[in-house]
Amino acid sequence: MSQPFRLNKEGLINRNKKISFTFNGKKLFGYEGDTIASALIANGIHLVGRSFKYHRPRGFFGAGVEEPNAKLQVEFNGHSEPNVNATEMELVEGLSATSQNCWPSVNFDVGAINNFLKMFFPAGFYYKTFMWPKSFWYKIYEPFIRKAAGLGVASIEKDKERYEHKFEYCDLLVTGSGPSGLASAYAAAKNGAKVILAEDKPRFGGTLLTDDVSIDNLSGKDWAEKIITELKSMPNVTVKNRSQVFGYYDHNMLVMFERVSDHLEKKSKFTPRQRLWYIRAKETILSTGSIERPIVFGNNDTPGIFLSAAAKEYMKVYGVLVGKKPVIFTNNDSAYETALEFKKNNVEPIILDTREEHSSELIDEAKSKGIDIRFSHGVIVANGYKKVKSAKIGKLNKDKNSFEKIETVDCDCICVSGFWTPSVHLASQSGNKLKYEEKIDAFIPDKKKQHETSVGAANGSFTLEESLKHGFENGSNLSAKITETKTEISIPNVNEKNYGAHDKFWCMPLPKNENPKRFVDFQNDVSVSDIEIAIREGYRSIEHVKRYTTLGMATDQGRTSNLNGLQLVSNIENKIVPEVGHTTFRPPFTPITIGTIVGREVGMEYMPTRKTPMHEWHEKNNAVFVDAGAWKRPRYYKEGNETLFEASKREAKNVRENVGICDVTTLGKIDIKGPDAAEFLNRVYTNAWMKLPIGKARYGLMLREDGIVMDDGTTTRISENHYHMTTTTAQAANVLSHLEYYLQIVWPELNVNVVSTTEQWAGAAIAGPKSRDMLSKLYPDLDVSNEALPFMGYKEAEFFGVPSRIFRISFSGELAYEINVKSDHGMFMWEKMMEVGKEFGNQPYGTEALSTLRIEMGHVAGPELDGRTIPSDVSLNGLVSKKKDFIGKNSLGREAFNVESRQKIVGLIPIDRKSSIPEGSHIVQDQNAKLPNPKLGHVSSSCWSVENNNPFSLAIMKDGKNMIGKKFFAVSPLKNKSIEVEVISSHYVDPEGKRVRS
Amino acid sequence: MLYIKCPYCGLRAQKEFSYGGDATVKRPNINEEVSSEDWDNFVYMRKSPRGKHIELWQHIAGCRQWIKVQRDTATHEIFQTAKVTEEIR
Repeated sequence: MSQPFRLNKEGLINRNKKISFTFNGKKLFGYEGDTIASALIANGIHLVGRSFKYHRPRGFFGAGVEEPNAKLQVEFNGHSEPNVNATEMELVEGLSATSQNCWPSVNFDVGAINNFLKMFFPAGFYYKTFMWPKSFWYKIYEPFIRKAAGLGVASIEKDKERYEHKFEYCDLLVTGSGPSGLASAYAAAKNGAKVILAEDKPRFGGTLLTDDVSIDNLSGKDWAEKIITELKSMPNVTVKNRSQVFGYYDHNMLVMFERVSDHLEKKSKFTPRQRLWYIRAKETILSTGSIERPIVFGNNDTPGIFLSAAAKEYMKVYGVLVGKKPVIFTNNDSAYETALEFKKNNVEPIILDTREEHSSELIDEAKSKGIDIRFSHGVIVANGYKKVKSAKIGKLNKDKNSFEKIETVDCDCICVSGFWTPSVHLASQSGNKLKYEEKIDAFIPDKKKQHETSVGAANGSFTLEESLKHGFENGSNLSAKITETKTEISIPNVNEKNYGAHDKFWCMPLPKNENPKRFVDFQNDVSVSDIEIAIREGYRSIEHVKRYTTLGMATDQGRTSNLNGLQLVSNIENKIVPEVGHTTFRPPFTPITIGTIVGREVGMEYMPTRKTPMHEWHEKNNAVFVDAGAWKRPRYYKEGNETLFEASKREAKNVRENVGICDVTTLGKIDIKGPDAAEFLNRVYTNAWMKLPIGKARYGLMLREDGIVMDDGTTTRISENHYHMTTTTAQAANVLSHLEYYLQIVWPELNVNVVSTTEQWAGAAIAGPKSRDMLSKLYPDLDVSNEALPFMGYKEAEFFGVPSRIFRISFSGELAYEINVKSDHGMFMWEKMMEVGKEFGNQPYGTEALSTLRIEMGHVAGPELDGRTIPSDVSLNGLVSKKKDFIGKNSLGREAFNVESRQKIVGLIPIDRKSSIPEGSHIVQDQNAKLPNPKLGHVSSSCWSVENNNPFSLAIMKDGKNMIGKKFFAVSPLKNKSIEVEVISSHYVDPEGKRVRS
Repeated sequence: MLYIKCPYCGLRAQKEFSYGGDATVKRPNINEEVSSEDWDNFVYMRKSPRGKHIELWQHIAGCRQWIKVQRDTATHEIFQTAKVTEEIR
């Protein structure tokens, strides 16, 4: 089991711990500290996937977040995840990775036929091809595109992992632990600031781990380790690896994605898989570094072609060679370091430098080591299908647009460097308008918009000395402003190599009659010719070019392709890059899991569950619950094999004949106190409130300022300046805010206080002809006669030793009472009622029966008060005072509210007296009329009338008051039903309201 | 997510607040005649400025006070917050 491309000594991996894994079914091993990518390369495996559009063979290109190609389906720790970046995912025991977007296998992929048909897949192919005929879209085009689209396969299993959210506040957040980040964090920490240092990779240090530099006579790596160790020991510093700050939001809030345990073989049950941090930072240091960009050339996507810094990272961090016969293709000095590293490991590279012969510290060193350097040279096209076998290279003429000499050299990898692009994503997300820096051919942050400061390579400084200096200075100054402490730190001595100027060269020309694909964006298969087509077809804005060609739209967000794309557009258009501009950088910087975004808000924790104090009793007595906002309410109590329909009919019938009790705790309750309480109610409700006596309740109607009914309920005068208001369950929170709005803003002169008491009181309604008999047993010492406690009366009395409030109010239309006790006594009250009620035939009833009772009585509720109805629409204009002013009164005079044919509530019964009418049905004159069939109204509530033993519905109908006695159709396309109905009064049972007063 | 300074509780995350619209709209006095035009303007007409805007927020998951916030609608910058009884200039 040898690893042919593993070096003997180099690297930061733990060679004492082997880790076995599989790739496309093949058993392999790597070491602790490997990524999937480094382990595969060590085993000589480069072909890992197929490209999105042409299914071209693809290998690794980078060594971190910049990777555009190596996205794998990975199974580990019991879950399967698509599009995992092989260059970031750490190896764990038993991991199994498979290639995506290929069938039947990555080696033989049928989809690769697209590669030979590529002339038929130009930019905008889908837009152009699938336009017509229109009828083909659903049945042919869409299924085809869906099948071809996407890379991996999302799991349909329930995610059993735990994800967490964390909120954190700090003085300084440092994003990235390269030299400038370490320096910033260190200086701020020394000033006593609360610092968070975040590093995306498992190892701290950034480029210090791979660059051949020394700081205060320590190697870069050792210096980084020293600083990190000290930072970790400081109580005011939080140091986090495997944590990526991916988004910069308003008011200096940054969001960080921490991979807590994906790299662990074993973990405790409560260790989350990943954690999302919301960090509110006073100041932010953006030390996100830079990403190498490639030079574009023919077949530049062939496996075996790497960014040169990635090749170096594989050697220095993982002890892995990306090839044994490398060609280094560069326009700048940094790739020479890669060449020297190869040389150090006894591999002979060839350097192709697009610049003319010149000298610099690094060039001289390479020359002195005997490395073959060819100036004014570049790779024209890579040969080899599934792996690079050779490179056709050319000597460029003076203008660099044609070749003086072309030859072929054997090689097994090509390491390419087209200079460096600062990672300005977070700066841009913060609102910073970027500026184009000619010196480095890239964008850097401009004037700050929030409290962000970019340092080091992220700010376009590519020397270690400058990065450290900026880091120390900014970290110190920014934190000193917050902590008002300044600790002097001497800036360390640095030893680094001087780089010469880079060549502003980004794309190789092609010899005549040769036309290999030259890719700009690997992940989305966007080539030079695609961008040329887009511009030829008239796309000018870079945002449009992006969307038409999909340049930079893949999961790597064009990290390696954006600037080359911009160069190309600016060359064709003869503009300079800053005129072309750049596309928008949006969070997240790299893909994050949905699980992390959701956090703990899943299942039961998705929202709070509100349970009444009697919930347990309902549960024990076979209640079937229904959600009413966050509340759980019994919908019906199931007896035997009853259906919902049978049970609710039984419960409702029992209320009409005997007595029933219903848990009404969920109704909103608001306590109102103050000398101006009556005046306030008088303004809030449409009806008169000034003369309500103490110990009396009144039904009230509340409007919005636009005249639409907002809510209804009863309010009781408890004492001189004390009222108890009830609202509907659904509107409780809105009504409280509404009252607070008027008291705090509109009429602050009113001396009134309001507070929600919904949770403080448990409520039960007792309804039915025998309810008074039952009540008298519940309150043996109290006179509950019609005279002593009339309709809308109120009394306070002890309920078996417990203080209680008795309201004679009714929603069911029957003789009814509502009893309130403190929540803690709710269960006691309920159980007592069940016990005492037995002799009267008492049964509990749920919301379904409650609805039935109120519908057949014509009492309106949420479905009628739907935000579109005014009082007269629902026959409540009797409650609208003509004498006084109130919220919304002025709107009721609007012309449209007063036309003769205005909508109005009516009752509907089916002609056959059997077919129930689906809620939401539309009322039409002719069920067979041509569409669109004029709609005359809609069915708002439906029930089976237990009183008349046939279906009955409430409907809101145009010109409703003149429709009584007429016949229509209630049609429900959703249920595929059409029922002939007759319009009757909405008060189907006890229209005079005798029962409630009996 | 905005960071809003409640004049009663201090800096709190936007999550704790709910938005309440333009704070400069004044309701016509109760019990006073108002022209249809003035009433319609009060109920329906709102400016939607780009830039500075004085608006109402309620600290709904905190002290439940309605407060005034002067905010830039384009950049979300908050210049000033105040109690509803105070003026923002």
